[in-house]
Amino acid sequence: MTQTTDTYSLIELCIAAGSEAWTHDGEVLATGITLMPRLAAGLAKLTCNPALMLTDGENHFVAEPVPAGPRNGYQPKIEGWMPFARTFDNLWGGKRHAMVVPTQIDRFGQTNISVIGDHAKPKAALLGARGYPGNSISHPNSYFVPTHNTRAFVAGEVDYVCGVGYNPARWPDGKKPRGLDLRRVITDLAVLDFGGKDNAMRVRSLHPGVTFEEVQENTGFALERPDHIPETKAPSAEQLKLIRERLDPHNLRATLIKGNPVGDRRLAKTEAA
Amino acid sequence: MLDKRLDLDGFVASLKDGMTIGIGGWATRRKPMALVRAIARSNLKDLTIVAYGGPDVGTLVAAGKVKKLIFGFVSLDHFPLDPHFRAARQTGTLEVMELDEGLLHWGLRAAAMHLPFLPAQFGMATDIPAQGIKTIKSPYEDGQTLLAMPAIKLDAAIMHVHRADKAGNTLIFSPDPFFDDLMARAADKVFVSTEQLVETEGLDLPANSRFHPFERSVVTGVIEAPLGAHPTAANPDYGIDMAHLKTYVASSGEGWGEYRDRFVDVEPDTYVAAVGGADHIRALPAAIY
Repeated sequence: MTQTTDTYSLIELCIAAGSEAWTHDGEVLATGITLMPRLAAGLAKLTCNPALMLTDGENHFVAEPVPAGPRNGYQPKIEGWMPFARTFDNLWGGKRHAMVVPTQIDRFGQTNISVIGDHAKPKAALLGARGYPGNSISHPNSYFVPTHNTRAFVAGEVDYVCGVGYNPARWPDGKKPRGLDLRRVITDLAVLDFGGKDNAMRVRSLHPGVTFEEVQENTGFALERPDHIPETKAPSAEQLKLIRERLDPHNLRATLIKGNPVGDRRLAKTEAA
Repeated sequence: MLDKRLDLDGFVASLKDGMTIGIGGWATRRKPMALVRAIARSNLKDLTIVAYGGPDVGTLVAAGKVKKLIFGFVSLDHFPLDPHFRAARQTGTLEVMELDEGLLHWGLRAAAMHLPFLPAQFGMATDIPAQGIKTIKSPYEDGQTLLAMPAIKLDAAIMHVHRADKAGNTLIFSPDPFFDDLMARAADKVFVSTEQLVETEGLDLPANSRFHPFERSVVTGVIEAPLGAHPTAANPDYGIDMAHLKTYVASSGEGWGEYRDRFVDVEPDTYVAAVGGADHIRALPAAIY
């Protein structure tokens, strides 16, 4: 049985929901950049899609996910070489599904990690476009947004479009680029996808205790609302065991969402009362 | 036999104001920091820097050497944002051409091949092309519009390797050679700092053939710079100095003067002593990602 037997945290719910993004990908490179996506990719490899290829976050393929943080003697099980030059070759060929953490995302799924404000003189200079332009036009991408609010889910377009989205006005010759394939957006409130009309962003599932109205209030654009929105599935006992004992034994995930809240907020309310 | 050895003064004297200089390595990995600090100490000005950036970019920006930056990112990996790059961007004083990581690769490759541009899909449908990157229509049946990524021609490239002989045969032992080969081929002059300068026999070829990144004719100058990548990694010889990077990150704003006095405006031996000594550096473990 894989019944959940104890309380799970919100980040564990997100990791489990994130892992499902890779279920039907077959033998592709799963890249999870920063901790939550990395744990989600590792969980996918250990559960729903064993064919996935993973790296050690540097330049080798590993046959099983490397635990996060201090390794205490654990030796990564290297199964191949993956220098950055090969990473580009792989991703341009499309056999990869990445999950990354954009600073802003808009209604088209366009993403930004470059600047907040004007590009010439930004209010906040962030990392730079990194691989977002190439990734987003070449292979499937999913996103994790740890704080679902209107600063992250912006009205209009993101301040600097790094990642391509479903915005025909920007597409070359008005045609959808062949590799453009946005899958899921995991947040602290919900799981969203682009399955709405003309790839509109829609709520795919609501985390336990969250309402559609709350998600909409924290989003800078209108979300498509399906007639029935299921609750995000609680992580199974197997998933929790893998996350806690194998993927993240030092509980580094506890720092990813402020206050490390429980996954089912109705329980938190009960406790508070 | 060819002798391309240079000291740091000879290296700096080989550069000129206004040059476009590519820097090898990636973020906090195998950056030619001894050469970067030599440029920071020099009178050189108005440089255009091309990099997968880390503290190399921040150091040169803080030292006032950079007019324009061509980059895909500037990252300190475990400390995500470089304070000097950030400050310069936010005051609007740094001219930039911001690229997708792959477009930077492509621009260097075009220059290496003496092509005016290379076509690409990546970068299309984003804000990147609005910086003056033009498009081209495929002349074949598909007829699609592609980005014409212009060549990024370098006046000079600088990089750090593990071994070199005086003729310019080099070895990079790191698990990832990054794009140093493209940087080198895109440049008119290539300056290589090396952990160890050895006789050709000391390169232990052919056992190390797979670590030989490019033919020696590419190389203009060889500078012996033991521990010359610090505080970035030169694995397998030494890892990133996280504690020093923390000091570097804290050197933003008014802190820069003190950092500069202690760690930039000093000769290499003094630098090594100031950051904790050669044994400390050689014992730095490989970073965990």
